[in-house]
Amino acid sequence: MIRTLFRSRSRKIYDFHGGIHPPERKDLSNGTAIAAGPLPSQLILPLNMHIGAPAKPLVEPGERVLKGQMIAEPSGAVSAAIHAPTSGTVSAIGPRAIQHPSGMDAICIVIDTDGKDEWIERAGVADYTELSPGELVDTIRHAGIAGMGGAGFPTSIKVNLGDHQRVEELVINAVECEPYITADDRLMRERAAEIIAGIHILQYLLNPRRTLIGIEDNKPDAISAIKRACKGCDIEVRVVPTKYPSGGEKQLIQLLTGKEVKSGQLPAQVGVVCQNVGTAYAIKRAVIDGEPLLSRVTTLTGEGVRQPGNFEVLLGTPIRDLLVHGGVDPDNIGRLVMGGPMMGFTLHNPAVPVVKTTNCIIAATLEELPEPPPEQPCIRCGSCADVCPANLLPQQLYWHAKNDDLEKAQHHNLMDCIECGACAYVCPSHIPLVQYYRYAKAEVRQQAADQVKADKARQRFEARQARIDAEKAEKEARRQARLEANRKKKTETASAPTVDTAALKQASLEASKAYKAAVKAAKAAEADNADNLDALKADVDRLKAIADKAKAAVRDAKEAGPAAAPAEDIVGKLKKQVGDASSAYKTAVKAAKDAEANGDDNAAELRAKADELKAAADKLKAELRDAKANAPATPATAPQVDPVADLKKQVGDVSSAYKAAVKAAKEAEENGADNAAELRSQADELKAKADQLKADLRDAKANAPATPAPAPAAAPADPLADLKKKVGEVSSAYKAAVKAAKEADENGADNAAELCAEADRLKAEADHWKAELREAKASAPAPAAPKTPPAPTDTPKAPETEAPQALTAVDPEVAAKRQKRLKALKTAYNMAHKQYKEAHAALERGERNGDIPAEELNAMQQKVDKLKGKADVARDALDALVEEAKADIRAHTGKDLKTLKLEAARAESALADKQRELEQQRDSASEDTLEALSSELQALEAEAQIARKALKQAVEEQGLQD
Amino acid sequence: MALISSTSPHTTVSNNTGAFMRQVIYATLPGLAVLTWQFGWGTVINVLWAVVVALVSEALILKARGRPVAFYLKDYSAVLTAVLLALALPPTSPWWLTLIGVSFAIIVAKQLYGGLGMNPFNPAMVGYVLLLISFPVAMTQWIAPGEAPSLVQSWQLFTGQLPVDGLSGATPLDTFRTLHSSGAGNESELASHGILHGQFAGLGWEWVNLAFLLGGLYLISRKIITWHIPVGFLAGLALPALVAWLIDPVRFADPMFQILSGGAMLGAFFIATDPVSAATSRSGRLIYAALIGVLIWVIRSFGGYPDAVAFSVLLLNLCAPFIDYYTQPRTYGHDKPNRGTQS
Ligand code: SF4
Ligand code: SF4
Repeated sequence: MIRTLFRSRSRKIYDFHGGIHPPERKDLSNGTAIAAGPLPSQLILPLNMHIGAPAKPLVEPGERVLKGQMIAEPSGAVSAAIHAPTSGTVSAIGPRAIQHPSGMDAICIVIDTDGKDEWIERAGVADYTELSPGELVDTIRHAGIAGMGGAGFPTSIKVNLGDHQRVEELVINAVECEPYITADDRLMRERAAEIIAGIHILQYLLNPRRTLIGIEDNKPDAISAIKRACKGCDIEVRVVPTKYPSGGEKQLIQLLTGKEVKSGQLPAQVGVVCQNVGTAYAIKRAVIDGEPLLSRVTTLTGEGVRQPGNFEVLLGTPIRDLLVHGGVDPDNIGRLVMGGPMMGFTLHNPAVPVVKTTNCIIAATLEELPEPPPEQPCIRCGSCADVCPANLLPQQLYWHAKNDDLEKAQHHNLMDCIECGACAYVCPSHIPLVQYYRYAKAEVRQQAADQVKADKARQRFEARQARIDAEKAEKEARRQARLEANRKKKTETASAPTVDTAALKQASLEASKAYKAAVKAAKAAEADNADNLDALKADVDRLKAIADKAKAAVRDAKEAGPAAAPAEDIVGKLKKQVGDASSAYKTAVKAAKDAEANGDDNAAELRAKADELKAAADKLKAELRDAKANAPATPATAPQVDPVADLKKQVGDVSSAYKAAVKAAKEAEENGADNAAELRSQADELKAKADQLKADLRDAKANAPATPAPAPAAAPADPLADLKKKVGEVSSAYKAAVKAAKEADENGADNAAELCAEADRLKAEADHWKAELREAKASAPAPAAPKTPPAPTDTPKAPETEAPQALTAVDPEVAAKRQKRLKALKTAYNMAHKQYKEAHAALERGERNGDIPAEELNAMQQKVDKLKGKADVARDALDALVEEAKADIRAHTGKDLKTLKLEAARAESALADKQRELEQQRDSASEDTLEALSSELQALEAEAQIARKALKQAVEEQGLQD
Repeated sequence: MALISSTSPHTTVSNNTGAFMRQVIYATLPGLAVLTWQFGWGTVINVLWAVVVALVSEALILKARGRPVAFYLKDYSAVLTAVLLALALPPTSPWWLTLIGVSFAIIVAKQLYGGLGMNPFNPAMVGYVLLLISFPVAMTQWIAPGEAPSLVQSWQLFTGQLPVDGLSGATPLDTFRTLHSSGAGNESELASHGILHGQFAGLGWEWVNLAFLLGGLYLISRKIITWHIPVGFLAGLALPALVAWLIDPVRFADPMFQILSGGAMLGAFFIATDPVSAATSRSGRLIYAALIGVLIWVIRSFGGYPDAVAFSVLLLNLCAPFIDYYTQPRTYGHDKPNRGTQS
């Protein structure tokens, strides 16, 4: 009882949205038996009758071939062989017109037939169970079998799913929903037993739980023939109501199983394999009779044909020969269609050949399929949306496609349109909707291809840049080390115990003060025409040199400060390696996915491996935590370095392991999809490791602030006050200069221009100091080296402060501070540059006017040079800072923004998937499974959280850079 | 042999947009007949006149826009607009009223927006509202039901030779409104007005509405329209009316009175169903129409106008794109429907 209930429920025919009922017109051609096709004098066999790589010719022009002899072999994984459909001589291998929407020619093998129809030796296998599945797949591949329903996908790929992919349903498509076509109908009526034998081979290969044949209810004879033939075997015949497009792969799967194939996925991913009846028949012929695919049943129909019917046509037969064979009056036909009236293509050249997918030729009169009426405006009647089997809104797609708004069209799921033509069929305004969609889809694909190209170029560039940056950083580190050593020596000889940047600064300030005073004096003397002018000027120059030197010393000290920390190097490297590993891991995942798309899967094994790796990761994490827990107990920085070094070593191991995996993956990919499972497991392994490393890194970061940081809180006050004083001085000097310049101007003094320039220079200087002050204020709370208090005895733990400081250097807070500094520097640079420009202009003006004495001009020239130098220095500093910030982000996150985004998105979708799974299983699964699932969910949630955070942070930092 | 070269599909249904429009026009005939029976020949005269005005305006503007005139006239959309607007006008309307309304509807509301399919608002209703605002008196002068003027009188009304005052009378909706706005609404007052008590609803108007219902059912049976908009419309109007009437039967008209008065059926089956300005998805249409119905009830019960089909339809035309964004169907192979314009 329960069993019958279950059976009746599983026999349910589901429904899909929309669909239409165009006039069937099948009675034109389904009344007569399949007849032999013509034996044309020439056969044209395109190398690409299937989807995938074109076959590789095995024959030369002039070579004699026998019927059934392979004349082109499959090249690459997705390809199919070609055989000579009859005996004859290869007369040419070259471009011929074929049926292609673009009207392009393609390479074909041309055979001049000899009429003898002489067979090559055939080797059939009566009992296919003697063959292993692998051998069978090979037989199918070498028999050149490709989907006979329409798309022409090589069958060997579809039946070779690997051991781990469970096929729930094998669906045999015998719907033939397009009007006019009756090829499958006749085939089923006349050769049902052979079709069933072919289905048995498919069952042997795929081992499905159920096998379903879907036939439309407008073919009662075919239904009874098939039912009779499969009596007593485990094949279920399902009669579906006549509705176009029930024969669409996804629609039929929905009709028979109620399953929906996710957008962008293959039926195999929901456990369904769909094959056409014609394909099943061809498989039987190939395996049991040893006959490769040489011919196919093609319907020749339409009111322009005198004897419409079905013909067993040799592949490569020119349509023209077939038309003559069927008695077509060429003057009486208005439209020639290859395929059905809903999805076929019009032919303009009857010389094109019949290929593996040619199921129908319609030679229609003009009255039968008239010119399409002129297109009227869309009235948004919604008829199109009512019939769309994909449940799209065709009127919206049309609107966006017409306006070239591809983004919106894609948002309305343009790419899910199956181009069935139902919408265009019902449109009262006769809008050729499908044409618009084809156009828009082609555009979208083109854009995607361009995008991929651009991405690849960018990735190459970025990789190169990263390498260069790394080299630079290394060099810089070496330089810093040298500098440090030098300075130590210097300070020792100067009997100063430590580098005291504040003192240096003081010296610098004093020097420049003296210099400025001298300048002022010189100016005054100049104004008074004093005798000792030259001596004063020399003095000025000397003082200037001293001041510059002092400034340089301060700068060096500043640069040397944050660079010395050894921990930062290790952490930075660690981070970089993590970044490398995870991005490389992503490549591996992609490779694995590609391979997966081609079939093969061993989930259980993978999961076991993943668990193993997770355990390993946990162990490592624990180790790290232990190490960290120990770190604060000891006063020195050394113990903290040790676990980090350990980690580093581990990272190295992981990344080299990963590299090996990637290499293997690539090789495997090139050799076909057989070891996809292996690739995936490797990918999982790498992912686990990358995760672990990421976690470690996070922990290390989180731990960093926890170590006692004896930051000198009172320190910043002194340099700030100094700076303030400096600013005050300089700006008062500037004001004085301005005043002097004004006076000089009023008095018509000669040196007015010079005074002006001087004032400008002073202003620039004042601005510079102001900027510095701002910067100092901004960074005051940070324990930055240049701002340590002048008394060295107050900070006995000074060396220890370096470690935490280095770690906080990658902290977002510091990044924010750096951003402020960046801004300040930018202003300073802009100012300096402006001053330089102005001075330069003044100089040029002076030169042009010629009213200024030569030496004055020289002085101006010098000033200009000086200003330029200053601007350059500012720019260099700015550049350095920007570089530093960039390197920091990279080191900090280990990846660029796009990767982060991708990661975040992936984490989110993984999370969503898991949630859905949990939802689905909530009612059915056991307690344990649920628990496992929810813990998995939590882990994913955490991961997503981290990814989100990383992304946000990086975005903020990215924003700061500019 | 000159072969046609085209993309699939190679066959289409034989009907076309013009046939769609003609069917809708035929379906208005019962309503037009009852209007004539109740209120005289004025409506027929105005319908014919409106068609002439529409064709001439459409032809002129098409010519001005450099479009093929005959091709676009054949889609019958201008004729339909004219017929619907003329059916909504009082049978006392003089020729100039129709002229202004129809030409404005065709030229401004339709063609200046880009022609058929591009107009965001229902052209007939735009014309109607223009007239209602500009000529409120002429637009509210109806004839008392059953006191149909003769053909000559109707013609004289149309040409303006006969003053309207002598013939005009209030509609049931008017009567109900005036009663309440004057504050005199009580049960005996209501009972004393015979116009409020026809066979099922308001006198005379019940038959007009039933006739339009008949035409509308024909359209549904011919699959020219789907049931979504009429059902949503009438439900949106009747349900709030029912609730309010149950609470206060004196203050509020009963639901039967509501759906059989004024332009209710004309609006539900012929006006709100204009595909160009309506929402497109099925659920979207239900929401769209229901909101029109509710709005009509609100304006009839609390607003300043006795009837409100035109205002409500125009207001919801404005919301139609928005409704569309939020009622996109779930595409095959996707977990959930798209929402909004862009994600
Ligand atoms: S069927 Fe044609 S006219 Fe109707 S909405 Fe679709 S595209 Fe527009
Ligand atoms: S062609 Fe595309 S949009 Fe039109 S009905 Fe088919 S799937 Fe829908």
